[in-house]
Amino acid sequence: MNAPIPGTTLFDGAQARKGYALNKMCFSFNAADNRAEFLRDEDAYCRKYGLNDAQHAAIRRRNVLDLIEAGGNIYYLAKFAGIFGLSVQDVGAQQTGMPVEKFKAMLAARGR
Amino acid sequence: MARIVGAVTTSHIPAIGSAIAKGLQEEPYWKPFFGAFGAVHAWLDRVRPDAVVVVYNDHGLQFFLDNMPTFAVGAADVYRNADEGWGLPTQPPYRGDAALSWHLVESLVAEEFDLTTCQEMLVDHAFTVPLKLLWPGAPACPVATVPVAVNTIQHPLPTPARCLKFGRALGRAIASYPQDLKVLLLGTGGLSHQLDGTRAGFINRGFDEMCMAAMVDAPDALARYSIHQLVEAAGTQGVEVLNWLIARAALGGRVEKVHSNYHIPISNTASGLMVLENSY
Repeated sequence: MNAPIPGTTLFDGAQARKGYALNKMCFSFNAADNRAEFLRDEDAYCRKYGLNDAQHAAIRRRNVLDLIEAGGNIYYLAKFAGIFGLSVQDVGAQQTGMPVEKFKAMLAARGR
Repeated sequence: MARIVGAVTTSHIPAIGSAIAKGLQEEPYWKPFFGAFGAVHAWLDRVRPDAVVVVYNDHGLQFFLDNMPTFAVGAADVYRNADEGWGLPTQPPYRGDAALSWHLVESLVAEEFDLTTCQEMLVDHAFTVPLKLLWPGAPACPVATVPVAVNTIQHPLPTPARCLKFGRALGRAIASYPQDLKVLLLGTGGLSHQLDGTRAGFINRGFDEMCMAAMVDAPDALARYSIHQLVEAAGTQGVEVLNWLIARAALGGRVEKVHSNYHIPISNTASGLMVLENSY
């Protein structure tokens, strides 16, 4: 076995099985009609895709780390974040517990 | 016979597509990135490819987890872009070259690469953004395209060693195409970045610099990494360098670097750009 990489969840078969319903819902957000349907009644939309309690709760809390823990893959989750106009930098800031400006400044500092 | 004119490798960050749509190329944040493409355009004017084989990874536009191919090759005369869910403008359709695609498929399968073939294939930002960077003025991409999608999403991913072999076989497949055609390789993605987890924002300049040097002289050195080592060194999304490795390997043995650029950050990513040519 390889040593775990801190702060990192590899999206492997176990995650892909665990997160299938959640990721399938997020994949559906490619379509504008589906994004609108989610916004009209998100609980009904989560039930329609068969999310489990942990996935549904993480969606309600808009919590990316919890969504990953529940099997979410970042590329599908980005489509969920996109509904609220959030970029990958907003998502990065949330996961690292920084204000987004601080997260951006941290990235810029890596270039100097 | 077909001839490979060289390879371009570049990051494919969606924010680049937004910046193009908003005309931000001259802004201080963007200038160090877009400014490096003038030399690429001059080189393209010189080598004038007829077709481009785009090695990229789909991010959940064409492929979902219900069917996840390791290597998928487009085999159609047209490829469409579509809404990815977070606001990038949809690009006009891309011309394919189904005859070239099927030749590549025949040749690669004969070399024991078991591919997925796609007669309908949506192409996402990892395909559209780099083509827009190469031909920014054209209303639609002016050359025929062949999409080659590599799974960099769901582990197990193809190993770097496998990608090196795949790229070499792809190069032989192109070179054996009987029509006179000038073919460009375009490898997209990278360099180091990580979007997910508490390690989000991870960037590794040392790895990226090693990687860009190895792309010229020692692609075998990259092929010795395991996927786990690659994630550790380049970040969970930095594994997209597999696409670069395939494009590089298609060129063959000795190459010359025509141009390169490296800039941190674009969005969450260390952006990289290379233009490579075979040395004869």
